[in-house]
Amino acid sequence: MPLRDFLRGLGDLAPMMLAYAPISMLWGTIAAANGLSPFEAAFMSGVIYSGAAQFVLMDLWALATPLPVLFVTVFTLSLRHVLMSASVSRHMGAFSRLRATLQLFWLTDEAWAIIERRAQNEPITPAYFLGASMPIWPVWIAFTALGAAVGKALGNPAAWGLDYAFAAMFISVVAGFWKGASTGLILAASALAAVAVKLVLPGAWYILAGAAAGMIVAVLLYRDEVRT
Amino acid sequence: MNGDMSFYLTVLVLGLATYGSRTLGYWLLRGVAVEGRMKAAMDAVPPAILTAVIAPAVFLQGLPEMLAGAVTLAVALMRAPLLVSIATGMASVVLLRHLLG
Repeated sequence: MPLRDFLRGLGDLAPMMLAYAPISMLWGTIAAANGLSPFEAAFMSGVIYSGAAQFVLMDLWALATPLPVLFVTVFTLSLRHVLMSASVSRHMGAFSRLRATLQLFWLTDEAWAIIERRAQNEPITPAYFLGASMPIWPVWIAFTALGAAVGKALGNPAAWGLDYAFAAMFISVVAGFWKGASTGLILAASALAAVAVKLVLPGAWYILAGAAAGMIVAVLLYRDEVRT
Repeated sequence: MNGDMSFYLTVLVLGLATYGSRTLGYWLLRGVAVEGRMKAAMDAVPPAILTAVIAPAVFLQGLPEMLAGAVTLAVALMRAPLLVSIATGMASVVLLRHLLG
């Protein structure tokens, strides 16, 4: 039943929506400090809809970076979503191509993590996918505008640990993928590669390096399992 | 970035970069049978990417952030609700920065 699936997805997404409100307010505050009006900030959140890309963009905004450089930066930051949509496409057999293409607009890191986790146990319906992804969009937009309008009153976000909310959220989601020692090796490889690349290369390449390292370790472990 | 129109056009063009990345993987892999080693690699994508995204924030900032990461992971592995482990992470990083900073 579509409505029930939608609500189940929404239920899985709800904790993320709460965690996202302060992060989008934080971004709205930074956008306002860079001269964006609340409406412009909200427009950017609605269209670009990527926390990582938007935080980095605001760093570049002040430097009057040319558009092609902005585009390449945003695309490399978003390359992880290519991997994510490839991965999640395995669970989208029940979607028409049009519906998949439309609904993938709302594929965020968080929505994708929820959907992948659910897909370990049951098939994904389009309604579930919609409920587990789309509702965070208006939250992201609205709290961006709010942050841009009143953010300065919050004071220093680090004093509340808000700057760590994103990391804490991802660590919590990673824990849901834990399947034993092999997961530990994959995560360790990913973290090591990401940190090493972050130290030597600018931009977002560390994300792809970590993903590649984790995938390589998974393939090596797979062959070992077959032999024994 | 002066002038209204150039702002909105810039944002729309950048939106193409993010939306393109969200759909590209689907169009590349749609209909490809994923099994064996390739399946093992694809199954590793979710936790590996999530880990890579936050690795610098956890490991390259300082001791409080590293320890708070360990605390958060421990709480999350005990199957605490998502909001509880996020709140634990935020509270522990504030506390550890006070104690160690």
